[in-house]
Amino acid sequence: MKKMFTKISYCLTVALGITMFSSAAIAKTELTMYYPIAVGGKLTQAVDSIVADFMAENPDIEVNAIYAGNYDDTRIKALAALESGKPAQLSVMFSIDVHELRELDAIVPFDDVVSTAEEKAWLNSFYPSLMENGIAAGKTWGIPFQRSTIVMYYNKDAYREAGLDPETPPATWGGLIAAAKALTKDDGSQWGLMIPSTGYPYWMFGALAMQNGQTLMTSGDKTNFDHPDVVEALEVWKAMGSEHKIMPEGTIEWGTLRQNFLEGKTAMMWHSTGNLTTVKKNADFDFGVAMLPAGKRRGTPTGGGNFYIFKDTTAEERDASMKLIKFMTAPENSAAWSVATGYMGVSPDAYETDTLSSYVAEFPPAAVARDQLAYATAEFSTYQTSRVKKGLNDAIQAALVGSKTPKEALSEAQAAAERILKPYR
Amino acid sequence: MTYRNRIQTSVELIGAYILAGFWILPLLYAFWAAFHSSSDAMHFDIFSPLTLDNFREAWSQAPFARFSLNTFLLVSFILPGQLLISTLAAYAFVRFKFTGANVAFALVLVQLMITPEILIVQNYVTLSKLSLVDTISGMGLPYIASAFCIFLLRQAFKSIPKELEDAAELEGCGTMSILWKVYVPLATPTYIAFSLVSVSHHWNNFLWPLIISNSVETRPLTVGLGIFAAPESGVEWSILSAATLMSVAPLLIAFLIFQKQFVQSFMQAGIK
Amino acid sequence: MKDNVRNIQGWLLFAPAAILLLAFTHYPTVTTFFQSLYTNKSIIRPRRFSGIEAYESMFSDPIFWKVFVNNMWLALGTIPTSIGIAIIMALIVNKAIPGRGFLRMAYFTPTMLPMIAVANIWLFFYAPDIGLIDKVLDIFGFEGNNWLGNPSTVLPSIIVMTVWKEAGFFMVFYLAGLQTISPELEEASKLEGSSRWNYFWRIQFPLLLPTTLFVLINAFLNSFKLVDHLFVLTKGGPDNASNLILYYIYETAFSFLDISYASALTIFLLVLLALTALAQFFFLDRRTHYR
Repeated sequence: MKKMFTKISYCLTVALGITMFSSAAIAKTELTMYYPIAVGGKLTQAVDSIVADFMAENPDIEVNAIYAGNYDDTRIKALAALESGKPAQLSVMFSIDVHELRELDAIVPFDDVVSTAEEKAWLNSFYPSLMENGIAAGKTWGIPFQRSTIVMYYNKDAYREAGLDPETPPATWGGLIAAAKALTKDDGSQWGLMIPSTGYPYWMFGALAMQNGQTLMTSGDKTNFDHPDVVEALEVWKAMGSEHKIMPEGTIEWGTLRQNFLEGKTAMMWHSTGNLTTVKKNADFDFGVAMLPAGKRRGTPTGGGNFYIFKDTTAEERDASMKLIKFMTAPENSAAWSVATGYMGVSPDAYETDTLSSYVAEFPPAAVARDQLAYATAEFSTYQTSRVKKGLNDAIQAALVGSKTPKEALSEAQAAAERILKPYR
Repeated sequence: MTYRNRIQTSVELIGAYILAGFWILPLLYAFWAAFHSSSDAMHFDIFSPLTLDNFREAWSQAPFARFSLNTFLLVSFILPGQLLISTLAAYAFVRFKFTGANVAFALVLVQLMITPEILIVQNYVTLSKLSLVDTISGMGLPYIASAFCIFLLRQAFKSIPKELEDAAELEGCGTMSILWKVYVPLATPTYIAFSLVSVSHHWNNFLWPLIISNSVETRPLTVGLGIFAAPESGVEWSILSAATLMSVAPLLIAFLIFQKQFVQSFMQAGIK
Repeated sequence: MKDNVRNIQGWLLFAPAAILLLAFTHYPTVTTFFQSLYTNKSIIRPRRFSGIEAYESMFSDPIFWKVFVNNMWLALGTIPTSIGIAIIMALIVNKAIPGRGFLRMAYFTPTMLPMIAVANIWLFFYAPDIGLIDKVLDIFGFEGNNWLGNPSTVLPSIIVMTVWKEAGFFMVFYLAGLQTISPELEEASKLEGSSRWNYFWRIQFPLLLPTTLFVLINAFLNSFKLVDHLFVLTKGGPDNASNLILYYIYETAFSFLDISYASALTIFLLVLLALTALAQFFFLDRRTHYR
């Protein structure tokens, strides 16, 4: 009798153990996350390796990181996934998508997800300018991950050839135009400067506007396109091609810009700091990186993608997402990511790590974006951002190709934006 | 032939070859660029060294093997579905005078004009209600009923003499076996023709698969290539050429081998 | 009795196709129409019946008119050109000349490529300064051009690329048509001493009219459906100079999340295509009666 009892209890224990073990195994939290790439380099591999490290440290969380294209594609995919039966739990999306995502009731603010005092402190550990785009209605909706500013890359060899000092890049608009004139060759084989006007023209324009003392939007429901200083900024951009002849007239393609620079087609380019590592790897000439020159003041919008957590998630999924986000934005990982790409470290702590501090010491260009944060402003973002942004992009392109004057183009864009944004006030 | 005629013919021949040259040049260039490094490709260094690096790079940057599998699965799902459903429907139209057949056929023909891509928004909603977004079956489902196939098969079946059906009936064949034993075998050329046209079309389809596929497991070659070529990241030309070649290779090779059949198929489809 | 059974059998056989067609063609058409009559849902502003508002915005939207005109230009630019080239190709390949197989392959191959691949290849050709075309122009001392970045050259550039892809496809239809023309006609015209051009213009072309009409209508329909290349080349820019209706629908629906407006645009496109199809029925029907 006793033997039988022992046998049964033994079996039950084993059975219980197996069930507990398998349910522990089944209780792996699965996270699907979409992310974009908008700069060159083998970034999918970089992301995959950080994610792999995370999963090694957290065997109870399974992460499926899906590359979805550029920022637009990723937003479309992530939202589409929400609508369908296979939602994502978190994603890296454009920092400026915050208003649209809020309007769709698709995301949760981090204030609601953080619980401990330590986590609340963590929310404050990032660079304030990088947090600007993620804050709306008094709450934090996005955590910086792949963030950037525009920087000016310049070809030091070309500078020397033109008799300019490669260690003092221009600091003002006037200086920029003068230098670019010296660098533009008559035979058309080299331009002085290229500022891309496809892809993200509004971003580049945000820099010029800021340098002239204005932001492109005053709040999520009001745009500032037709302010005289903003119009002037567009006129200055246009004049670079049409009057000063330092850049090609018409639109300049974002995608081929980096190659144009590497091929020596242009001596200077305004581009995302996210391209830094690719440029470094592929440039066969001496190059430097500088802050954007000042008009009335220096200025650049921040750029890039933030982490968002979706609303349609369970408590475990949110916990797991928080772990992933904290991991990927932790100083050491942010530092490694910055070195691999050129994107900025997202917190002052990141720059304190050995990885980044030694990197910055031996390769000063890596610090330019961070130093420029002092002059940075939020990237253009309003309600129905995609549509309003398109109006602005079209206006910029229309002005640059000459089919409308800057004033006409921007007034039209402002009128269109007013129509779209008025219902939100 | 007179001297004048001879000159004319030679000139025409040369013209024909020049035209062919222009026509084949772009693909030839992509082919050449894929095997040379980016800077060589851009400077047209014709005799610069060949390299397989571009293929290795492209291969490592995006899972082209998986994309190929997905496209293959997609096409293998669509084609048999199309053939089966259209066979049944065409049979119905040809040999069964069911009430409302004419109206039904007219409604079928509507799809010749209104293809699923045009109703992209609503079709997306339908699929998401069926929880079929981001699945290969979801990508293929709207195309399974093909008005074009029904139309072609109807023409083919119509031309089969009724005597054959009568004979089969006399031998005791039921409705379905008449279909499989008499109609289908005799319409084989049409089946082949349509199959080649359909495979080509769906192998190369982009917009609808772009919307429906979210993850790597469903993404077909065309979408993979489209995302790979995303202008923002500024992928280099040679790598892009390599990726493009890898994407078009399967269909292109099949075409080059079975050229005659492909062309004949498209011709047949056209005549109808 | 037998009739009834036949009836049911007929419907059963047709059922699978009917269900799918209803689900993905007819039902969405109706729903699209209804969607265009309501505003979008959002937590900030509730959904309401808006009637023809979406259509009013559409007709006062400058971008809508731009894309409509672009589609018309695209059709005008690609169709006659590709048909013309296709006829020439068909005439060439129809003769027993040396290397005919190679020629046929060269002409038809672009059709087998997906548009997205075609766009990738031509993207490099059109790249300013570093692209193939500008480099070749440079050799001859001509100025390069920003083909895709200049509103006045972007559509023609796309037209050239589209013709390259489509001509071979139409060639095949003309080949089929040519083969239905009895060779005796050619011999007869030669005997009469008529020139080849005469033979073509007076006899072949008229006989190919049904083919031409068929190709014409098909090409017109296709010119609305093919927007893949915009994703890689221009995304509709600069300033909507290369934007097309279907791409604008995609943008409106999936990027701006404006389902209401996208539905209105779709209905417009459907009406346009329907009118074209009707035109096809009228003309083609008349022609076949003549035969």
